[in-house]
Amino acid sequence: MTSNQFMFLLFSAVIVIFSILTVTSRRILRAATFLLFVLASTAGLYFLLKYNFLAAIQLIVYAGGIVVLIIFSILLTSHIAEKLPSASLMKKWPAALVALVGAALAIVVILQYNFPGSVGSTELVDVTQVGNSLINYGKYGYALPFEVISILLLAAMIGAIVLAKKRKD
Amino acid sequence: MFEGVPLSWFLILSTIMFFIGVYGFLVRKNLITILMSTELILNSVCINFVAFNKILYPEHMEGMFFTVFIIAVAAAEASVAIAIIINIYRRIVNIDVEKMNEMKY
Repeated sequence: MTSNQFMFLLFSAVIVIFSILTVTSRRILRAATFLLFVLASTAGLYFLLKYNFLAAIQLIVYAGGIVVLIIFSILLTSHIAEKLPSASLMKKWPAALVALVGAALAIVVILQYNFPGSVGSTELVDVTQVGNSLINYGKYGYALPFEVISILLLAAMIGAIVLAKKRKD
Repeated sequence: MFEGVPLSWFLILSTIMFFIGVYGFLVRKNLITILMSTELILNSVCINFVAFNKILYPEHMEGMFFTVFIIAVAAAEASVAIAIIINIYRRIVNIDVEKMNEMKY
């Protein structure tokens, strides 16, 4: 087993265990913390694949932004000591059945298909290259999606402010 | 293959994560926990994009930019969803999906 395989298995074990805890924990603040662990070890996977810029974005936006936002809204809308009521078995069994059957089907299909074993380069992705692609509008340039996403973020920001504003009526 | 880690391992990992998210989406009743399950689903898709990018076209960055844009869309979605959740909480002092059965206010 190579060191890459070992690190992959470590990160994926953390991801799987804490994902299960995220969806089953009955204390909502703990569920948010477990989600933070899942997102951080996903960033670890990106570091393993040598996408350092992407891993930094994952840590800053997901772990630093979205989880903090979720924790804020948990603190605003529920009591910390409160335990969520356990879901009824009538709801749990069909959901578990759907998840297990779907996962089994997808994994069987993945294992049956022989993915090509070509060795890709594992060079570090240069940040200069990333920046040039983001402002380039030719082939392999992403100037248009970049601008569209910035407008989407602006619209979401204004929408969130308008929605959460206190009404006077 | 990336230095000993087969592509199928990445795909199996993201499949498991995706269906854990689906399970949480179906079982949970609190709106914020449903939002957290959605984040899990989006994250699993990101892993797939990055792994395929590394294995198929390591010299280009399509999958990486797709992942960056997915993260940006997830951030926008989370902020708007949390604004809506706080608004709902102000009106009915509860964020349980089964207690929200009317759109009119």
